[in-house]
Parts: sequence; structure tokens; C-alpha cells
Amino acid sequence: MNYAALIPLFPLIGFVIVAFFGKRLKNEKLIGGIASTAILASFVTAVMVFVGLTNRPEDDRSVIVHVYSWIATGSFSVDVAYQFDQLSILFTLIITGIGFLIHVYSIGYMHGDAGFPRFFAYLNLFVFMMLNLVLASNFLLTFLGWEGVGLASYLLIGFWYDRKFEGTRITWTGDAAMKAFVVNRIGDFGVLLAMFMLFNQFGTLDYATINAQAPGVLTAGGTAVTLITLLLFLGCAGKSAQIPLGVWLPDAMAGPTPVSALIHAATMVTSGIFLIARTNVLFAMSPTTMAVVTGVGITTALIAGTIGIAQRDIKKVLAYSTVSQLGFMFAALGVGAFTAGVFHVMTHAFFKALLFLGAGSVIHGMHHEQDIMKMGGLRKYMPITYRTFFIGTLAISGIPFLSGFFSKDEILWFAFLNGSPVLWGIGAVAAFTTAFYMWRVLSLTFNGTERFDHHHLHPHESPATMTIPLIVLAVLSVFGGLLGVPHVIGHALHFPNLLEHWLEPVFATGMSMLTAHGGDHTSTEVILMTASTVLAILGILLARRIYANGLETASGIAARFTGVYQLLLNKYYVDEVYQMFIAGPILALSRDAMWKIVDVIVIDGAVNGSARIVGASATALRKIQSGVAQNYALIMMAGIVVLVAMVVIPMLR
Amino acid sequence: MHIDFFGSLPLLVIWLALGAIGIAIQAFVRNNTRLVFGYYSGTLVITALLALITSAHKGTTFGGMISIGGFANYFDVLFCGAGLLAMFAARPYLQRENSELDEFYTMLVSAVSGMMLMAHANNLLVLFVGIELMSISFYIMAGFLRTNIRSIEAALKYFLLGAFATGFLVYGMSLIYGATGSLQYDVIASVIGENRSQFPTLLAIGAVFLAVALSFKIAAFPFHQWAPDVYEGSPTVVTAFMSTAGKAAAFSAFIAVFAVLMPASSLMTPQLQLMLAAVAAITMLVGNVTAVAQTNVKRMLAYSSIAHAGYLLMGIVANGEAGYSAITFYVTSYTFMQLGAFVVVGILERGNEENLQIDDYAGLAKREPVLAFIMAVFMFSLAGIPPFAGFFGKYLLFVAAIESGYTWLTIVAVVSSVVSAYFYLGLVVKMYFTEPHKEHSHVSPGLAGITLFVTVAVSIVLGLFTSQLLSIFGTWW
Repeated sequence: MNYAALIPLFPLIGFVIVAFFGKRLKNEKLIGGIASTAILASFVTAVMVFVGLTNRPEDDRSVIVHVYSWIATGSFSVDVAYQFDQLSILFTLIITGIGFLIHVYSIGYMHGDAGFPRFFAYLNLFVFMMLNLVLASNFLLTFLGWEGVGLASYLLIGFWYDRKFEGTRITWTGDAAMKAFVVNRIGDFGVLLAMFMLFNQFGTLDYATINAQAPGVLTAGGTAVTLITLLLFLGCAGKSAQIPLGVWLPDAMAGPTPVSALIHAATMVTSGIFLIARTNVLFAMSPTTMAVVTGVGITTALIAGTIGIAQRDIKKVLAYSTVSQLGFMFAALGVGAFTAGVFHVMTHAFFKALLFLGAGSVIHGMHHEQDIMKMGGLRKYMPITYRTFFIGTLAISGIPFLSGFFSKDEILWFAFLNGSPVLWGIGAVAAFTTAFYMWRVLSLTFNGTERFDHHHLHPHESPATMTIPLIVLAVLSVFGGLLGVPHVIGHALHFPNLLEHWLEPVFATGMSMLTAHGGDHTSTEVILMTASTVLAILGILLARRIYANGLETASGIAARFTGVYQLLLNKYYVDEVYQMFIAGPILALSRDAMWKIVDVIVIDGAVNGSARIVGASATALRKIQSGVAQNYALIMMAGIVVLVAMVVIPMLR
Repeated sequence: MHIDFFGSLPLLVIWLALGAIGIAIQAFVRNNTRLVFGYYSGTLVITALLALITSAHKGTTFGGMISIGGFANYFDVLFCGAGLLAMFAARPYLQRENSELDEFYTMLVSAVSGMMLMAHANNLLVLFVGIELMSISFYIMAGFLRTNIRSIEAALKYFLLGAFATGFLVYGMSLIYGATGSLQYDVIASVIGENRSQFPTLLAIGAVFLAVALSFKIAAFPFHQWAPDVYEGSPTVVTAFMSTAGKAAAFSAFIAVFAVLMPASSLMTPQLQLMLAAVAAITMLVGNVTAVAQTNVKRMLAYSSIAHAGYLLMGIVANGEAGYSAITFYVTSYTFMQLGAFVVVGILERGNEENLQIDDYAGLAKREPVLAFIMAVFMFSLAGIPPFAGFFGKYLLFVAAIESGYTWLTIVAVVSSVVSAYFYLGLVVKMYFTEPHKEHSHVSPGLAGITLFVTVAVSIVLGLFTSQLLSIFGTWW
């Protein structure tokens, strides 16, 4: 299976070609074609690897392909090695499959942009880094990919670096990119510390070894494992935009829309889920961390969901929706439903990529208008976009038998089973908000009166390169859920839960360590399933009632509940709170204490002092360097005398 | 006399090419510069290939005076490679300075053959011949711009001080002969290893003298003072070649000689180690600290090359295979990155010492983005920033020194590395974050482009595939 190592290689080749020769190629179709082909090649290879894995016996589906060892000195060695197993190949298929569709879509979306080659170079770089993240067989390589996707994300958020972008304390897209980068640094620092601790405990950073030895080396529920997993989770919270580090994702919408779809919805933001799934043994050993993960996840799901209700920017609604859905996934992981979490990663990748690309199509057709208040009635101008967006909305809302229904209900079921009814309740409310804000976006964008200026705006359907990916994703959003049909339904229809079966070996050790919850709850599950579906439909009906006739009803409600509306519109003032209590004090501290006192007096003093010493010695040494050969010979002679003395005098004693 | 013809092929070929055919071409063909250039390029390529082919064939030849195969062959390839890269860089440079004479290439190849003898020597006299062959070629090359007073001064100064150092080399050899009764490496090694010498003090003095002579060649403190003057005054391509391949050759001899002089069982080994450690520590400090105060890029690089000799000496101090393989790795990295950096300087420089000031590099990234990028890679690598070759070389040397108990030396090395970052990165800042202050004409590297491409590629590849390359080096011992 050594050919599997080609998977990350193709995007790297694509990146090198497009980055170095992109400007000379000039032809947009060629550049886009090269970049897309690179991803397609990876996808095809990934499919081959997947088939190869299915042909192996179930307990032997983890293959490590050793590419080369980078550093090997003493006790420290780092290998560039890729681990192909059930988990990583699933992520790889999502990344390359959806990545390919988004590449194709981008050919249409970025048409005519001056930075066309640059865009595709960054996109390929991103895929390369993302593949390294999920395929790595050790923490260090994952971390390399982790930082790499952070870099690519930074470059792509700030892709239109000369454009304005509005946000709290943000005026340019560059500010938004910087915010994403800085917030992620906090999380990355956690991962780094966790890696140090793991190396200290295990003497290696290999996943296989760590997962195998963890039960012996660490005590379950002990401080060490709790600290390690909490630090890892800090990193996950940063990358996957969970409370308290979620503030960067909505601002990341400053990037071009395909970027939002690929990086900030389908792939990069799910790295946190991936990392926890990869190290599920460690997490399973710490009930404290699991509780924290659950709490953070479900809170994020609810809070982000409610914020989504009041946003006016189509992409920001989707961004908060993403944060909320990621919260669901973390909640699933936290209650030990690893498979459900990963399942939701997959279905979410389908319908959220679809929704983002649909939004991109709308923005493209509306000449860069993103405010849903200034849209409406686009249905007749963009029939394909409308239909696919409609499917995506139903899927994310959890309408039965579409993909989102299965994964979301599985999460809610486990929240009830392994968690508590309260957890289920919060989740169900969050699901209700999801249905509500998605229907709101759909209504305001595609239905009702046309609220844009007809003289200047002529909405049009997007070209085929953009609509075909939409159609493919719509199909996946409808049928993707069939991979993980819950037992309660599947049992009746004799349809197995394929995904759970596939992922079982990956999570076996972790699951065995969790306190088992069991019992036959099928009747309860059906009741809960019905209840959450009813809630989702209620959400849709409510949104339909409010927004069907345009904005009057909505503004009436907003006027009556000004406080709540303002709170939601301003995202619970989280940015302001951070500014007031964290960024502000740090800035003041750094300006008044660190800069004026520590830096100017202490550090500058020391630096200038040592610089003065270096400078003075340099001047003295330059004087010895007289340029006169006789003097040089004299100094050599003196040196020889000293050296002989150094060696001979101890020998004479 | 026993001669192993197959194993001697690289040496025989380069000697015949130089002494028989090369001389004939130069004597009988007119307007022969192009021909000679091509001829010697081919010679170096063939020699390198032969060295590769015969590398597994280990043993001695010419009555045991020359050792063949193994690590000496590795250095053959390195010298030929560096020589080839220097030739490519030299042609456009000399043509621009109107000084392209065919003798230049002859001297260059003759220097390479001297270096090869140094690496292959199994007898102190052979080492002497090798060192002189290389040095005399260097003296001539240093003064190759015959109308330039600084070039002539450099050549003369190099010659005078070099002759002084040679005196100690020969004196040291005679003392060792007196104390051990032989000039053969293996015989000397067994005498020292069993502490059988009747004159241990004379032996120690002889060992110090050899260290002195070799320290002169690598420009270690306090025998370094010729280096900044000579490196600055010589034609830049010559500086590029002699500050890299010349140093690599001296280290190949250093490794061979001190593996003989410092066996673990010998009583004088700790003293010699301490002496070399002191020399190494002061060398890197002096080199880096003085480089900070330079305003001329060529001189700054000259001091930086002194500092690198200090780092490399750590491998000799470590006195073991780990140290030697670290030296091999680092001297390879150093050869490519420092050679490349000097070649960039040579491309930008104009006659009469123009464009040599650090200020002349202001805004280079805007004028010559590719050249600036290449220079930045060299600077990062020289400063020891991962993932470039320089980082791993330093890392290996530091590990070797720590494991042999010289932690204090490593601390000094780290501190002086920090100092060095100041001027290496200072140049990068100059190139990327300042505005050009005067008009510059566009430059074209010509053939030197090949040199730059190869040196940059190696500086990156050595960093990315460190342990592969190390394990390959391991098979050469």
C-alpha cells in the first residue's frame, strides 16, 4: 500500500506548479485544471486505498506507510509516516472529494480575479497541509499540518487584502485574517504543551504507541491525562471555533466564499473533532475532560445557534451555524459517541459545503451583495441554486431521511443516553434554532419581494462549473446519511449502520474504558426522534410565518424585544467583552508596564548593554586586525606559545 | 611498491588530466579559454564519478602512503562538486572583470587535486604535499586580478603568513617523526595509542604544531587574521571557493590526523581536546562578534566563515565518530551555503569594490526578487534556522559536543549563534524591509545561475532529508 503516500503528494505538486508557474500560464482554465486535477488524483488514490482497506481483515485495517525519517538522533526521532486506517481514510475522502468539488466551483467563482493563480496555489497548499494533519502517524506531523492549515487559512482569509470588512474592531480583511491567526495561537500553544507532556510520559509521539500504551502509562482519571487532554482540547477549541475561542470564525468569512466552504465549514474546522477521535483513548481516560468537552460543545451549539437568528450577512449566518454544528459534534464526542461525532462531520461537510457554495452562487449572482435584507425573490433568477440550497436547508434542519437527520438524531440520542435529559433538551433547542435561522435565510434570500435595486442589479444563475458541484453536493446531502442509519430504524429495514461498523476498531479501546451505558431504549429513541423532528418542523413553520411576507413581521418582533434582538445581533457582545476584559487590559499592560518599564528600561537596557559590549569588543578586535602582516605573525607566535603551554605544562607535572 | 590501480583511479585521472593533457592544450592551442573551461569541467565530473565508483573499494595504495575508498572519496566528490560550482560562477565573473585567463581553471583544478591528496593522505609527507599544492594554487588565485592592488596585497599576505604556518607544519611533522619513528598514520597511531613514545613531550609539541598549521588553514583564532583581509581582497569567486572547499579539505585532514593523534588511550588526549575546545570557543566568539561590526558584506561573510570553523572544531573536540560524521554533514552544508552566498555577492558586485556595502543590499527584494530570496535562504541556513541544512549541522555538532562532556563549549556555541543571527538576519531585513537608496542596473547571473540553483537546492534538501543523508554518510566511513 505504499502508493498511498501519493495522496498528500499530489496537492503538493499542484501547489508547486501553480505557485511557481501560475503567473506564466496565464490561462485560467489551465491553472484551475491543474489544481483540481491534483486534488482529483488524491481522491482517486484515496478511493483505491479505501478499497484496499476494505479487502483486509477487520482487525488489520491500519497501515502505516513510512515515507522517511526526518530527524533521528539519540532519543528523539521524527518520522514522516502516514497512517491509513478507518478514521484517516474517511477524513481523506471528505477532504479530497469535497475539496475537488470546491476547486471546480472556484474556477467559476474566481473567474477574472487578478489573484487567480495565487488563490489556487493557496488552496492546494491547504489541502496538502490538511492531508498531513489527518494522515500523520505522529503528533509532530499532525502539528505541522495543523500549523500549515492555519497558515493557509490566514492567507486565504486575507486573500482580498485590499478590501474592507466590517466587524468588531476590524476594518480590513487583513485584520480578520490576523484575528483568526492570533486566536488560533492560543489553542496551538495548548497542543504544543500537550505534545511536550506526551513526549515526557511516553518517549514518543506516535499515535499507535501512545494509544496502545496509554492505559498502562497513565492512570485513568489522573491529573496527567486530564491536563494533557484539556490542553489538547484547548487546541481543538481554537481550531474548531468553540467557546471561548470561537470568535474568529465569523470574521473568517472575509475570505472568498469557496474558502469558507472548504476551510471554514467542511474540513479545517473539523480538525478538532479529528484530533479527539484520533486520541480517543486519552480522552476516554479522563471523565473530567469529557465533561468539559460535552459542556463546551452543547453550550456553543446553543449560543451560536441563537446568534445565527439575528445576523444579516448570509455568510455570517452560515458561519454561526457552523460553530453551532461543531458544538454538536463536540457534545457527541464528550458523551463518548465518537462515531456519531465523526458521522456528523461527514454529513455536515456535505450540506454545509452545499449551503456555503449556494451562498457563494447567490453572492456571485448578486455582484457581491451579502446582506439578506437586500435580497429576496431570487428563486426565479437562480433556479438551480435555489433548489440545491433548499435541499441543504432541509438536510441541516434534520428533516427525516436526509443526511442531517440521521447524524443529528444519533448525537441527541447519545446525549440523552450517556448524558442526561437536560443535555438532550439543550440540544433539541439548538436544533430548533438551526431549523429556524436556516429557513429565515432561505425565505429572505429566495422568496418574497425583491428588495434590491433593479436598475443596478441583474441577478443571474451561475455558470456550470459552479452549479454542477452544487448538484453533486445536494445529492450527497440527501443520501449521505444512509451510511449511518441508526439501529432503531435500520433494524426494521434490515439496513446496517455501515459507518459505525467501519469505525468500530478505531474507537474500541476508548469505548471499552468509558462506563458502559446500555439497555434497550429503542422505544425511547423513537419518541425522542419524533420529538426533535417535530421541533425542527416547528422551527421551519415559525420562520415561514414570520418571514413569508417580507420583513414587516420580523421587524415588529424585533422592535418588541429590542433587548434580546440587540443582544443576538451583537453576538452577546462577546467580542466587546473580550476587548474590555482581555485584549484591552493586555494592551494596557503591554503598553504601560511591559513596554514602558520592562521593555524600555530592562530589556532595552540589557540589549543595548550587551550590544554595547559586543560593539566595544568588535571595535577592539578590529583594532587588532591592523592589516599589517608582521603583526599577524606576531599574534600567531603568541598563540602558539600559549597553546603549547596549555598542552605541555600539565604533562610535565 | 604496491599500487592499487582501480582504487587510485580518481587521483590518477586528475593528475594526468592536469599534468599531461591540460598543460599540452594550454601550450599548443590558441584562444583556448572556452576549451580549457570545458575540459576541466569534464575532468572534475569524471573524477567525481570515479570517486563514487571506487568508494566501496577501501585500502591503501602507493606503498601504503595513500588511503583509498571510504570517507576520502566522499570528500573527493565534495571538492570536485565545489570546484565545478566555483568554475561556473567564475566564468561570468572573470569575463566581467576582463580577467578570464585559462590558467585560472588550471589553478582551480590543481587546488582540487591538492585537496584530494589531503583527504587521501596516509602519511604526513603526502599531507604536506597536498596542503602545499592547494595553498600555492590559492595564493595565485587570490592575486588573479593582477591590476587590482587589493587582490595583489591579499595574495602576498596570504603567501607570507601561509609560509610561516607551513614552517610549523613541517616542524611538527619532524617532531612527531622523532617521537614515533614514522610518518605513516597507522604506525604513529599504534605508538601513541600504546603510549610507547620515548619523548612524550616532543610528541605533544609536534601535535600542537600540526594543530596550529591546520588551524591556520581553517582560519581559527588566533591564526585567523589573514582570512578577512585575504577573503576581502581576493576575487569574490576565489573567496567563495577557498573559504569553503579549502576549509572542507583542511577538515578532512584534521579528522584523519587527529583521529591518529588523539586515541582515547593516550595520555595527552584530554589536553589536546581542551586546547582545541578553547580555540573553538574563542574562534566562534571572535568571528561572530567581529562580523556584527562589519559594513562590508564580503568582510562580514569572511568573519562568519571564521565562526563556522569554530563550530566545526567542536566535532574534532568531540573526538569520535559522532563528531566526525557531524563535521562531514556540516562541512557539506557549509560548503554549499557559504559558496552560494559569496557567489550572490560576486554577481551583485561591480568593479572597484562597488555594491559591496550592506547598504547596497537595501531593497534588493524589489529589484532582484529571485536573488534576494536565494540570499535569504543562505542567510537563514547560515544562521542555523530550521528546516535548512545549517540547523541540522549545528544540531549534530552540538549533540556530539554535549555527549563528549563539553557542555560549556556548546553553551558558548549557542550564545555565539545568537549573536550571528543578528547580522545574518540583519541582511535579510535590509533586503526585504528597506527601500533602495540609489539606482541599480539589472544583473544577470549567467552560468552562475547553475551554481546558485544547486547550492540553494542542497541547502534545502540537506535540511529536509537529514537522516537519510546521514545514513548514507555512515556507509562511507
